[in-house]
Amino acid sequence: MARVMINLPPRAKRGEVVAVKTLISHPMESGFRVGTNGALIPRDIITLFTCTYNGEEVFRAELSPAIAANPFIAFFTTATESGTMVFRWTGDNGFSTTETAAITVE
Amino acid sequence: MTGFPRARRGLAAALLCLTPMAAFAADIPEAQRRSGYEFMAPETRAIEDDDAANPGMLTVLDGDALWNRGEGPAGKSCASCHGDGPTSMTGVAARYPAVDAALGAPVDLEERINLCRTEHQETTPLPFESKDLVALTAFLAHRSKGRPIDIAEDPQTRRFASAGKAIFERRQGQLNLSCAQCHDDNWGERLGGAMIPQAHPTGYPLYRLEWQSIGSLRRRLRNCLAGMRAEPYPDDAPEIVDLELYLAWRARGLLIDTPAVRP
Repeated sequence: MARVMINLPPRAKRGEVVAVKTLISHPMESGFRVGTNGALIPRDIITLFTCTYNGEEVFRAELSPAIAANPFIAFFTTATESGTMVFRWTGDNGFSTTETAAITVE
Repeated sequence: MTGFPRARRGLAAALLCLTPMAAFAADIPEAQRRSGYEFMAPETRAIEDDDAANPGMLTVLDGDALWNRGEGPAGKSCASCHGDGPTSMTGVAARYPAVDAALGAPVDLEERINLCRTEHQETTPLPFESKDLVALTAFLAHRSKGRPIDIAEDPQTRRFASAGKAIFERRQGQLNLSCAQCHDDNWGERLGGAMIPQAHPTGYPLYRLEWQSIGSLRRRLRNCLAGMRAEPYPDDAPEIVDLELYLAWRARGLLIDTPAVRP
């Protein structure tokens, strides 16, 4: 299991723009590097990151081999309703990690 | 015969060029000691300062989980003896490497963890640079974040630290360089495009953007030695710990900032 860190304010005012920061442990092996045995190391990257807020997708990013290990993805969204944000990373070799975070809107 | 005096003059000029370099070889005065953090670009500092953005924190969290994991026949975890409060082990990493009374030699934090594993948990030592050992070391060092490096001032420690100092100042490798030539004499200058810091081990294990991972001080030293085209020391060489001890002694008073982020 990949280790994930999510950082967002637990409380926000309705309509407030909040910063959401995510960090996930992943090697992001580009597929272009050669190992000590001279063979190409197969590609192993996260290809897609999505965030849904109460079921509605508010952020999506397609990742490429040029992105460094342990991708840090931060974005802004408007706090509309109390609820949960679901973060999902999917990638090569069936990689899939889901994390949730709660936000209270006053 | 007429060419001979000219050659002698050339030699004298070459020696004159070398003499000022030798004169610079001195310890950095305490007032001028700077943590590697202060040499970093604002962007790199920003990654380090924000726990939510610092990728080294992922490893610290891994270490936190390992701290509580039972090992060996009795299923003892590190926390079984040392506790798991937020203040347990605070300031411990700031005292390492430290001379172990039973061994009569200095041990670094990694070796201390492994000694604990073999003596108290009755399990196998972790290999150096392994994910688990780096994680436990990062977790412990992070518990001392913001504490000044505090190496014991007893004669025994001094003896090993001066052995480390001799290694630090010894020219080695195909480039015939010593650590001191860069980090004592030319810190703040540039080597190629890279800033030469003072080589204070405040943030280890640290996240290097070049490595795309967290790594120990041992890995950094191996990197430096390979860069000087010298042969890196094997894992069990006492020279590594002597050198680590001297570096920590040289950095005493500077604040620990594990997990640091460096380019």
